[in-house]
Amino acid sequence: MSKKMIERDKHISVGTRPERMDAKDKVTGHALYGTDINLPGLLHGRVLRSPHAHARIVSIDTSKAEALPGVFAVVIANDLPEADDRTEKAGESTINYKFLRDNNLASDKVLYVGHAVAALAAKSPDIAQNALELIEVEYEILEPVLDVRHAMSDKTQVLHEQIRTDGPDGSGDTPSNIAQHIRHVKGDPDKGFSDADVIVEREFTTVPVHQSYLESHAATAVWGMDGTLTIYSSTQGAFLARRQVSELLQYPMSKIKVIPTEVGGAFGGKNPTYVETPAALLARKTGRPVRVVMSREEVILGTGPGSGTAITVKVGATKLGKITAVQAELCYEAGAYPGSPVHPGAMAMFAAYDIPNGQIDGYDVLVNKPRVAAYRAPGAPQSAFAGEQIIDELAQKIGMDGVEFRMANAASEGTERLDGSLHKSIAIQEILGVIEDHPHYNEPLDGPNQGRGIAIGFWDNWGARSSVEINVNSDGTVNLISGSVDLTGSRTTVAMQAADVLEIPFENVKSSMVDTDSISYTDTSAGSRTTMATGLAAVEAARDVLTKLQLEVSDMWSVSLDSVVYSKGVFRTTERKSENITFADLAAKLSGQINGHGNVNVENWAGAGGGTIVDVEVDPETGQVKVLRCTAIQNAGKAIHPGHVEGQMQGGVVQGIGWALYEGYQYDELGHVLNANLLDYKLPTSLDVPSVEAVIIEKPFPSNPYGARGVGETPIISPAPAIANAVQQALGQRIDQLPMTPTTLLEKIGVI
Amino acid sequence: MKTFDYEAPVTIDQTITLMSKTRGKTLLLAGGTDLLVQLRYSNQDVDLVIDVKGIPELNQINYDEFSGLVIGAAAPCSQIYESAPVLENFPAIIDAATIIGGKAIQNRASFGGNLCNASPSGDAIGAMMSLGAICNVVGSEGVRNIPIEDFCIAPGKNALEKGEMLISIQIPSPRPNSGSHYLRFTPRAEMDIAVAGVGASIELDSDLNKILSARIALVAVAPTPVLATEVSESLVGQKTSGSLLEKAANIAKETISPITDVRGSASQRKHLIGVLTRRCLDIAVKRAVQVS
Amino acid sequence: MSNKRVVSSTINGQQVEFLTEPQQSLLECLRDTLGLTGSKEGCNDGNCGACSVLINNRLVNACLMLGIEIEGKDVVTVEGLADVHELHPVQEAFVLEDGLQCGYCTPGFIVATKALLDKNANPTEDEIRFWLAGNLCRCTGYDKIVRSVRLASQLMNDAKEGLQ
Repeated sequence: MSKKMIERDKHISVGTRPERMDAKDKVTGHALYGTDINLPGLLHGRVLRSPHAHARIVSIDTSKAEALPGVFAVVIANDLPEADDRTEKAGESTINYKFLRDNNLASDKVLYVGHAVAALAAKSPDIAQNALELIEVEYEILEPVLDVRHAMSDKTQVLHEQIRTDGPDGSGDTPSNIAQHIRHVKGDPDKGFSDADVIVEREFTTVPVHQSYLESHAATAVWGMDGTLTIYSSTQGAFLARRQVSELLQYPMSKIKVIPTEVGGAFGGKNPTYVETPAALLARKTGRPVRVVMSREEVILGTGPGSGTAITVKVGATKLGKITAVQAELCYEAGAYPGSPVHPGAMAMFAAYDIPNGQIDGYDVLVNKPRVAAYRAPGAPQSAFAGEQIIDELAQKIGMDGVEFRMANAASEGTERLDGSLHKSIAIQEILGVIEDHPHYNEPLDGPNQGRGIAIGFWDNWGARSSVEINVNSDGTVNLISGSVDLTGSRTTVAMQAADVLEIPFENVKSSMVDTDSISYTDTSAGSRTTMATGLAAVEAARDVLTKLQLEVSDMWSVSLDSVVYSKGVFRTTERKSENITFADLAAKLSGQINGHGNVNVENWAGAGGGTIVDVEVDPETGQVKVLRCTAIQNAGKAIHPGHVEGQMQGGVVQGIGWALYEGYQYDELGHVLNANLLDYKLPTSLDVPSVEAVIIEKPFPSNPYGARGVGETPIISPAPAIANAVQQALGQRIDQLPMTPTTLLEKIGVI
Repeated sequence: MKTFDYEAPVTIDQTITLMSKTRGKTLLLAGGTDLLVQLRYSNQDVDLVIDVKGIPELNQINYDEFSGLVIGAAAPCSQIYESAPVLENFPAIIDAATIIGGKAIQNRASFGGNLCNASPSGDAIGAMMSLGAICNVVGSEGVRNIPIEDFCIAPGKNALEKGEMLISIQIPSPRPNSGSHYLRFTPRAEMDIAVAGVGASIELDSDLNKILSARIALVAVAPTPVLATEVSESLVGQKTSGSLLEKAANIAKETISPITDVRGSASQRKHLIGVLTRRCLDIAVKRAVQVS
Repeated sequence: MSNKRVVSSTINGQQVEFLTEPQQSLLECLRDTLGLTGSKEGCNDGNCGACSVLINNRLVNACLMLGIEIEGKDVVTVEGLADVHELHPVQEAFVLEDGLQCGYCTPGFIVATKALLDKNANPTEDEIRFWLAGNLCRCTGYDKIVRSVRLASQLMNDAKEGLQ
């Protein structure tokens, strides 16, 4: 099958803005999310969570809870078989099944406030809640480890006795909270710094932030008499959820059917499973359907946020504005179990630049906080907050305009990154060019205490496996099914690509996401991959349909297969001018018995760069930062549905504004979260943000038939450093910690 | 939530009787925007919840120049800010009513509930305190009037005795040449809770340059919203000026010993009280000038 | 020992009677008892607006009311806006302007927008943002929601003119 790009004049649907297939169901309230599943005889599951950040479980007595009328079953870790100590890639993160088991239901230790200890099923949510209070757990309280730098000291209490640092020079020989130490070296950093005229060095810190999807985690499990386990889940990866449940229950994948529901936001946080396995255990024990839905507090306490970090960075440059060397140390909180996004954080940190010499050391550090999960460009916003402020400061020191300095050091195709990879087609210079020419960058600010900042970012995206099947109906319409969970419109964008290849109207394609019994393996909807990779599977499936139809035509007309051509919905043969048949007529003749398969494993994908221009106004008396204007620029390769791309950009930027100014876990010294609700964990409201202008650049990625690149993650990377750079301009003070709350700002400018 | 009995009486007498008859824990429900959240999170045992929204006296908003403004204890914020006499005469009340929660909350949350909830950060309490509100309370022993500054006695605790209920809040008519304002600081623009807040009402002389009387209430900087009498005293008899307001702001800062919590630090709150007092007084004075 | 009570009210134009225990929120009653799962739970404490419904034409959070409190009241949920064949103009506008992504907050925004436009047929962007501040959206960044509300305003005004 040809992998060549589809010619632009064949774009019928791609690049247009059709109505989303799921829109009407969602605006009317009919779409069913994980939390909406209701089945006859449904029991309500709830999870008991640890009140301690670090403690050994001495005993658990569930007898009183079990005796409460209306309670059907209680489960604890002992109800699960032992799990393999094996780590696998899961989206942009990793999953170790032994740790996943302990994170689903703690066995010997609780490692954070909110760690699941037991689960129960009752006939009503209120009874379930009351029963939780009757479970007696005796804890031996241990010292909590909450600060990432403190955790790295060899004098600190370790979370896991068995963990040794997996380092660049092999494995450590004593227990450590540093699960992994990675190192990237390029060139000769020492020489690079000695060649520098100006060197800037700073430390930056960030705290954990939550993806804060509005729908909490929800799973409903049904255990059939035939041994089939059916789970309705608001997971972002149905097959990924099935794999986790299969591993934790040691139960065959063939007997587990995961039905993906509509998902009320995920952003990386719904790759790991939390409630699916407990729901399954409870369903098996009770013989009834069991639904476990987390409360908002449980979501904040018990699911994986993005990492808190401590980052030191040093960059040197010549007076003429050439970066000579960088050095950075990235300490990323993994939470209770290994697996922080320090790898992608280190990848992204200076990926937009051509750096001749550099060293990055990254540490994956265990602390008594929830095990982190992927959050939109995992690891990158933190490292960009540090990197893009240092770049800004260096430009100021040298006396160069920020765009000019970045342009002078911009990476391009073929540039070797610090992690050793070579950049494929990228558009950093084009993005900087757009910033430079944009009215927003050139119009003057119009008031006191205002500042303008810019920042850029790069994200590598992901490819991986997707499956699509297309069935052609006898009326010429087609049904497309895919294994991808549709988070923000991929049913539509995938269908658009199939419609283009089939050269039929988009309206004739009905696209659905299906359960794990109904299609072959598909990776999770993560890493900005779905429109691109599942779209490619749709292209392949559509081409398969056309190949099969061409075969039918050649049989029907007794002409050679090579002579059959298809264009604008009509099959013809070069052998006889008179013969032709439309797609729909052929479909009718074949009674709809034609299908096409697309199973792809995309190993060649492209990253995406982006940038942010932002204006802020700071109230120097209160420390409040107001974002006045914001422009986001991004290379989409090809915007399959420009409206969706704009939506991803605007949404990502506003999450970035939240991260910059409002959001962050607050802990007391014992590790209790002080703001586990949406009043004190502050998401930006419509009043806190401006309308973000989205500027899409289309520099195609040649290996994709449409030139498409992933777009979902890049937009969150550059807002926080852009805002910090704007605040610096407004106040003359560089803010080195996130979030930049009014309290932080007043402290930094010495007012309090 | 634990289950409870529910009654919705339509008279004050019925309510008082219900309260006196019930042995266990009884709670009065108005808008429920605080109460239901508290019950849900504490999962506490409650025997009876009495919904008082059906009692006409608790839903009234009445104004006449002689007796002033009467706000029924269960009247929601939106009813308050949609009331023409309140809009015309009590700007600080409008300020508070329009910043509590969002539109959906404002259709439920009442000033009476805000007051009985006795949160240190009660915006409505600060606004009403600056206007010299009196709380009208009824119990089986009869009626009492409690000055608003004596109503909240600790975080979450009010001065109501067992069997008593808040009926309404009475706010005196504005004096000539007076203005009021309620101003708070929150990290987000709306849908947020005060890190610190200041309510102020100012009465000027007929020349509009001397302060005849002033009441300043400080919010979220003490166990309850507090009346800052030292600040008022520093203003009375003085000519309005930037430096006077600055001085008052400094006094406000000195009168408080706030705590550090998840919403702000002690030093931040102290600092903010200074900034907010100055800004709030400035607007109250401007409003006094405009009104006349 | 249940102390269930019968509540009778009008929901989406239909006279409805249902059983509730007094502590059950209106949101629980709508979703679990009445099968109206369009109203969503995002926070269960009034901070997200995903459960926005209208009670006697007033916008409220269904999580902050008891089900028993709607006795005799008129309730409109997101399911009650469209008729069988046609979307409500607010819904139409959100579809046309891509005013949704995951869609979980959307029912709340739709209901809140209807409440806004019933009160103010021509809101400015500032008024829209102020009115909708009680509804959190994590996906869209609000821009396309604001555009949807403006379009809804236009569609509703056009419909009114059409009637005249």
